[in-house]
Amino acid sequence: MPDIKIQIKNLYKIFGANDKKMLPHIESGMGKTELLDRHAHVLALSDVNIDIPAKGIQVIMGLSGSGKSTLIRHINRLIEPTSGQMLVDGTDVLGMSDNELENFRRFKASMVFQNFALFPHKTILENGMYGLKVQGVKDEQAKPQAQKWLDRVGLSGFEDRYPAQLSGGMQQRVGLARALSTDADILLMDEAFSALDPLIRTDMQDVLLDLQKELHKTVVFITHDLDEALRIGDNIAILRDGEVVQQGNPQEIILNPADEYVSDFIQDINRPRVLQIGSIADPKNKSKGPSMDAETVVEDALQEVIATKAEGVKVTQNGKLIGAASLEQMIHAIARPTADKKGIESYR
Amino acid sequence: MSFFDRCVEYDKLSIWKFPALEKSCLRDVKKATDESFKSFSREYGELMETIFDPLLYFLIWFEKLLNNTPWPIIVLIVGGLAYLGSRSWKLSAGAMISFLLIGYLGMWKNTMSTVALISVATLLCIVLGIPLGVWMSRSERVQRIITPILDIMQTIPIFVYLLPVVMLLGIGKVPGLIAVCVYAMPPIIRLTNLGLRLVDKDILEAADSFGSNYRQRLFNVQFPLALPNIFAGVNQTIMMALAMVVIASMIGVKGLGMPVLQSIQNQYLALGLMNGLAIVALAIIFDRVSQQYGKRLQRHREGGHDA
Ligand SMILES: Nc1ncnc2c1ncn2[C@@H]1O[C@H](COP(=O)(O)OP(=O)(O)OP(=O)(O)O)[C@@H](O)[C@H]1O
Ligand SMILES: [Mg+2]
Repeated sequence: MPDIKIQIKNLYKIFGANDKKMLPHIESGMGKTELLDRHAHVLALSDVNIDIPAKGIQVIMGLSGSGKSTLIRHINRLIEPTSGQMLVDGTDVLGMSDNELENFRRFKASMVFQNFALFPHKTILENGMYGLKVQGVKDEQAKPQAQKWLDRVGLSGFEDRYPAQLSGGMQQRVGLARALSTDADILLMDEAFSALDPLIRTDMQDVLLDLQKELHKTVVFITHDLDEALRIGDNIAILRDGEVVQQGNPQEIILNPADEYVSDFIQDINRPRVLQIGSIADPKNKSKGPSMDAETVVEDALQEVIATKAEGVKVTQNGKLIGAASLEQMIHAIARPTADKKGIESYR
Repeated sequence: MSFFDRCVEYDKLSIWKFPALEKSCLRDVKKATDESFKSFSREYGELMETIFDPLLYFLIWFEKLLNNTPWPIIVLIVGGLAYLGSRSWKLSAGAMISFLLIGYLGMWKNTMSTVALISVATLLCIVLGIPLGVWMSRSERVQRIITPILDIMQTIPIFVYLLPVVMLLGIGKVPGLIAVCVYAMPPIIRLTNLGLRLVDKDILEAADSFGSNYRQRLFNVQFPLALPNIFAGVNQTIMMALAMVVIASMIGVKGLGMPVLQSIQNQYLALGLMNGLAIVALAIIFDRVSQQYGKRLQRHREGGHDA
């Protein structure tokens, strides 16, 4: 079990004047639409429980309005909860005093926003320095520190420009550098790349993955794009109408969608290119064939099996045999599952 | 017998004549009000005057300073300030020529008095108005309370509040200054409040997400972004202060308003026109320079690649 960095426990958020009074209705089973119709309150999060491991990228997915932004804003308490706990390193953020919260935001968690939210009246360098200035760091130290991160995200030479003079992709690099410069070990990213066009978006994902290899931050990454989630997520939690419908690693979710909502979500992905043989390897299976690493995607494995006319592949992890996957199992895995739980089980 | 029983003639109630208070009663009410205000002003008038003394000394000092500075230096300063504000040689030259003309036509001293009054009034409005606007922007309740007061300040006939001010403080510079400020302060308060409230919520959220406290957020983010609006408020305040110059002269404030007032009373057309035009010239100079300056404050909003 890896270290848990952020633990979200029984979190509820209801928007409206009397949110606390609405809680019993929800606990006794009233749904989002009914609450809105009968009491004019919006249920944004309902009994959310997520354990976010340290040093990994936790993706939170869901359709528009499912409560993603609301959830991530609870982590640094930009939004006050209706009830529940948000434990970060064991301390409840939701119980912090104003002063503690300020320090938490200054030193422990920084945020990147969908629409960049740069300070338009400050230069790129001043934007990068903002978090440090708030911490009380003097200019002489803040400048080189901010400069370092601007260089790191590829913005050398733009220090004296203003945000409006940069393209969207470059602006979000500034947003990233601004968040990184405080050295906070939690990075909150609310659809940080959603406003960028596809090529730039892939670029930015690479920048993030590159940085993450070196920095090992705990990243909470919101997206509604499954390809993005699969590309960067170590873990994925899927939200629907404020409830977590499924969480786990990407492979699990693809092989075992919990319900129709999730299977709709994953229906368009290129399964052979995403599924890894490690997740379908069976220790009891004795198929003969070439040995391949667990992280090999099914597409590559199939090609190899067909080329060598083997029964399947032997799957190794760190050079150790962990099982095998037969040709039939691989084909089953890449066929699209239905939401029917029993049907899904039989793919294995 | 209660007040109402005494003052309303119930037996004469009719729908054809409004049941107004009986004349003698009304007189009593008015008299009582007048008396109590008079005794208030007898009691506290002097105290009020001492409270406003620093303002008076400052105004007198500033007026003297302007009058004791050699005119070429004043003209150069005017040109310099106009250039600093607007970065336009044309405007700067226009301002200097206007001042030269004003002086040539014998209105130099009055102009200096008016400039002193307007400057001090504007300064006072800024010093009081901006904090009030900030306070208003922080709380819905304060906004609900202050807004109607500002409406009253701007719509109440000037003479109505001139009267108690004069009763309290007599005739002179300070009551004039107060009259000007009552009329000219609302725009700066309103636009400070508005400007601060209009700052993009997302940007404020970003500031919060880095753990800014209220002061850091206000001074680093909210204020600079609201500056164009706040500056529009300053501009309007100056304009309204200038509009009050003639009325202020009715309670003894020296300056360009005085001759205008005289010319109304004595039908001196040329005198009125000249001084009136001098006020207009001042207004145009202040307005253009401060507007250009306000525009320059928004430079960062421009996209493009000018660097
Ligand atoms: N301040 C608010 N007042 C009332 N309702 C709100 C407020 N903010 C969000 N909501 C509601 O809460 C729900 C969740 O909103 P949220 O913004 O978290 O969704 P999201 O998953 O981030 O959506 P998107 O993908 O569009 O950003 C929605 O139904 C939304 O209408
Ligand atoms: Mg959102």
